[in-house]
Amino acid sequence: MDSRTGAGDPKITLSELARAPAAVRRIVAHPYLAVRGIARGNLPSPWDIVAFALLIGTLVLVSFGTSQFGAPLSALEKNPVDLSPWALPYYALRTTLRMGAAMILSLVFSIGYAALAAKSKRAERVLIPILDILQSVPILGFLTFTYTFFLGLFPGRVLGAELASVFVIFTSQAWNMTFSVYQSLRTLPPDLSEACTSLRFSPLQRFRRLELPFAMPGLIWNMMMSMSGGWFFVVAAEALTVGNQTITLPGVGSYVATAIADKNLGAIGWAILAMLIVILLYDQLLFRPLIAWGEKFRADNEPGQVEPESWVLRMLQRSRYTALIWKPVDAAINRILRPRRAAVASAESPLQLPPWTPLAVDIAWYGLVILSAAYGGWIAVRYISHALGLGEVGHVVLFGMITMLRVILLVAMASLIWVPIGVAIGLRPRLAAMAQPVAQFLAAFPANLLFPVAVFLIVSFHLHPDIWLSPLMIFGTQWYILFNVVAGASVFPHDLRDAADNLHLRGWLWWKRAIIPGILPYYVTGAMTAAGGCWNASIVSEWVTWGQTHLQAHGLGAYIQQATTDGDYPRLVLGVGVMSLFVVTFNRVLWRPLYRSAERLAGVEE
Amino acid sequence: MNDDIKNPAAPPTEAVLEVRGVRRAFKRPHGEPLVVLESVNLNLHKGEIIGLLGRSGSGKSTLLRIVAGLIRASEGEVIYRGQPLHGAAEGISMVFQSFALFPWLTVLQNVEAGLEAQGVPADEMRELALRAIDLIGLDGFANAYPRELSGGMRQRVGFARALVVNPSILLMDEPFSALDVLTAETLRTDFLDLWIENKLPIQAVLLVTHNIEEAVFMCDRILVFSANPGRVVAEIKVPFKHPRNRLDPRFRQLVDDIYSRMTVRAATGKATVLSIGERLPEVSTNLMAGLIETLASETYKGRADMPALAQALALEVDELFPLAESLQMLGYAELESGDVHLTPLGQQFALADTQVRKIGFAKQMLTRIPLAAHIKNVLDERPGHRAPAVRFLSELEDYLSDSAAEQTLSAVTMWGRYAELFIYDDAAEAFSLDMPEAETT
Ligand SMILES: Nc1ncnc2c1ncn2[C@@H]1O[C@H](COP(=O)(O)OP(=O)(O)OP(=O)(O)O)[C@@H](O)[C@H]1O
Ligand SMILES: [Mg+2]
Repeated sequence: MDSRTGAGDPKITLSELARAPAAVRRIVAHPYLAVRGIARGNLPSPWDIVAFALLIGTLVLVSFGTSQFGAPLSALEKNPVDLSPWALPYYALRTTLRMGAAMILSLVFSIGYAALAAKSKRAERVLIPILDILQSVPILGFLTFTYTFFLGLFPGRVLGAELASVFVIFTSQAWNMTFSVYQSLRTLPPDLSEACTSLRFSPLQRFRRLELPFAMPGLIWNMMMSMSGGWFFVVAAEALTVGNQTITLPGVGSYVATAIADKNLGAIGWAILAMLIVILLYDQLLFRPLIAWGEKFRADNEPGQVEPESWVLRMLQRSRYTALIWKPVDAAINRILRPRRAAVASAESPLQLPPWTPLAVDIAWYGLVILSAAYGGWIAVRYISHALGLGEVGHVVLFGMITMLRVILLVAMASLIWVPIGVAIGLRPRLAAMAQPVAQFLAAFPANLLFPVAVFLIVSFHLHPDIWLSPLMIFGTQWYILFNVVAGASVFPHDLRDAADNLHLRGWLWWKRAIIPGILPYYVTGAMTAAGGCWNASIVSEWVTWGQTHLQAHGLGAYIQQATTDGDYPRLVLGVGVMSLFVVTFNRVLWRPLYRSAERLAGVEE
Repeated sequence: MNDDIKNPAAPPTEAVLEVRGVRRAFKRPHGEPLVVLESVNLNLHKGEIIGLLGRSGSGKSTLLRIVAGLIRASEGEVIYRGQPLHGAAEGISMVFQSFALFPWLTVLQNVEAGLEAQGVPADEMRELALRAIDLIGLDGFANAYPRELSGGMRQRVGFARALVVNPSILLMDEPFSALDVLTAETLRTDFLDLWIENKLPIQAVLLVTHNIEEAVFMCDRILVFSANPGRVVAEIKVPFKHPRNRLDPRFRQLVDDIYSRMTVRAATGKATVLSIGERLPEVSTNLMAGLIETLASETYKGRADMPALAQALALEVDELFPLAESLQMLGYAELESGDVHLTPLGQQFALADTQVRKIGFAKQMLTRIPLAAHIKNVLDERPGHRAPAVRFLSELEDYLSDSAAEQTLSAVTMWGRYAELFIYDDAAEAFSLDMPEAETT
């Protein structure tokens, strides 16, 4: 009967080429791309403007407040960093602890924020555009605010600086985790959700039995991605110069900063080794087990193709001690969540409210939001125009263009290199299995540890900073392109490959018709992550030092770093604001539409 | 467990649940609200299994979900234990078509989940759950995860979870339709055995099904629903005692009766001129051609009894009806009193080769399906001969629910592509008349 369908157009068979298991995609895709309905079109909605005004207003208020704190930093005790390799394990431990604290904070935040956004239409309207912009804010740009703010809260105490660094890492981790939880909560399986209602679960029981487990696989994956991005920031956040103050927190980052000041290449080598070991341990002891454990929360009831394994998890599951610890915890949770029988009975009668209540709440809530946004926008404009004037804005936008050009060229070049390599690896399962962890590992490795080496080379060979500093921007994030493409190519269905062979697809046609549509969603995820990382990295890579030598490229990153060093708050606010706008625009105009059409091409539409 | 003896054969008296004048409409982004249920009345008596039967989209699930307290009625009320129902009530349990088990919980935990909301202490909870697992034939599987079980076993967990709370009413939405034939039959008889032997706490059952035989096999009373809006159009008493014999001539006779009642409705409703907003069944042209060829074959000689045909083709009613209906809409077949027979056009189609079939199909679409003619007209009139799909979708949404509109547009797209009436570009989501250029993005 086949002959009777269609017109025998080979495209029909080929569009199926790109069909890849959606389950895999759900986890690999950047949750920001997967979330539907952030912005229907790519034009900004009024809520985006509200969100932006709210955020920039807050930034102005904080910067205004912190500039009043004066100079509490001088009182901070100085802990000289010890450059001997034996000191490194201790420093690595401190760095790791900071990371862990930030991760816990991110977890709590992401679940709370996402639950609020998913449950309340009113909150969602405001929270999701805010999240969209927050994830685009260059974190390194407001290190200064953060430190001054927290040190102002705890004058003269190391605690303030520690909290500030944890907060910075948190801001690098939380957003994609939040998007992931939100996406899960918005796509709960309707039958399970009805079952919960029918079983008369309380909201907490529902959260424990349905919402949290369902969000778990995506959340775990994004924790891992966040962690991998986070090392970069933890290193950057440990040694900081604000105005004429230098803050150092004991850790691998400050160790490297001291080594740079000392021009000590050997110490930098030790630091790199320490970091490698820490990341490996984190992966083996925390994330492999987590991912293997998270398998059980996969909602698709069929057994997974390749079950992730972890020796640590197996050990834990077999150990009697684990059960000894877990049993009472589980029982305690149950006891807390179990409603009293009396409470069950009393909950039956519904609350009676006047019929105009929803409208009144709407007016009050949206009124408050819009007024705050108007106020925020107003003080931001006033603050910047008073201190800088409009000419400066044009100037900054121009710098933004230069950095944007760098980002585009770098992502394009990295794609030209890594896409073919990634496909070649991904189509060979055994190679892919070996290469994938390596690529993931390279993505996690904080590239800023390697900057001094590059700067040393640029200085020694008298290279042009505008050109040669640029590759540093993508150095750390290009791996996201590689491992996403490998992931995409390795789930490319076998029968479709055979079909492509059968149709004698060769050369460019093979790429265009078969493999590119297949890996496109993965590539977009990787490229967006890489580009986002580039923007952030521009702040530390367009402006670098080696001992007393100082190198600078033209661009928005250098502008922000310069303003940081000078303690020039208005310029900082302006630079950070403009960079956020660039990133948001990029996401809206390029990545999201590209991802949509990639999904359509691949035939996965919900 | 309650200890009064059920006797399905005796005339039931006491109503455990009453549905009074229930109407349900769904809001739509534009246009009038979609009325899914209209003045539905129903009494559920003690000791009774009631079946809800009707075509896809007739609102059976909607009614069940109102009774379950999952959604509200727009008008009317459900009286349970002498009070109007608000939300999910104690004593009303539900079994889902998709089982709706939590994949991350073991069988035991899934069953315990039924008790969790009631504040039952842990040890009591365990005991009750194990008893329910025993009752439903799952002993030995308590610590398995749903993914390790077969479909039939999973649905047993669904039953155990619904029964563990000691409900007085059990609601089931096509509980057996996701299972293969043999498994479904085993589960049905197991359930009926428990029911007849009075081993279940439940007083009454409301069962939604597509399957006429299943309804006659299990139910004491069958309510037949019409679509658009859903109404009870017939109430059929099933006079047989359990256990029932499917091969009993009186059983067969009743099944045939119900079939013809349902096809009569389909026939009188559809033979007239269709409107643009008519819901089209999403049936592939392959299946249509297949059915025409089957009907034209030696075995059937152009005419077949629907129940027999359904059985021979291993199709359920909800699969056979839309298929036969689509042939009727296109003028290839007629439905009457439980039979489907080919028209002369249908006979011609069966004999023709691919190209002739396509030409004929295109003609039938243009004359008999106003939506197809409408799309073609718009494309003809537009200078670029191109129109986005949303345009037609939003038109359809004035008549149909969102999902029905999408389904209808997808059906007309599928048919139109086969007939080569127009081109549909999936990536651009647009209809057009000319062949696309060799290279599109
Ligand atoms: N939440 C909703 N919003 C809008 N329309 C809805 C909603 N739920 C159901 N409908 C519409 O109501 C109609 C009846 O749906 P329902 O699921 O009750 O039918 P059914 O008789 O159970 O059909 P089936 O046999 O296919 O299960 C359908 O047209 C459906 O599209
Ligand atoms: Mg239904």
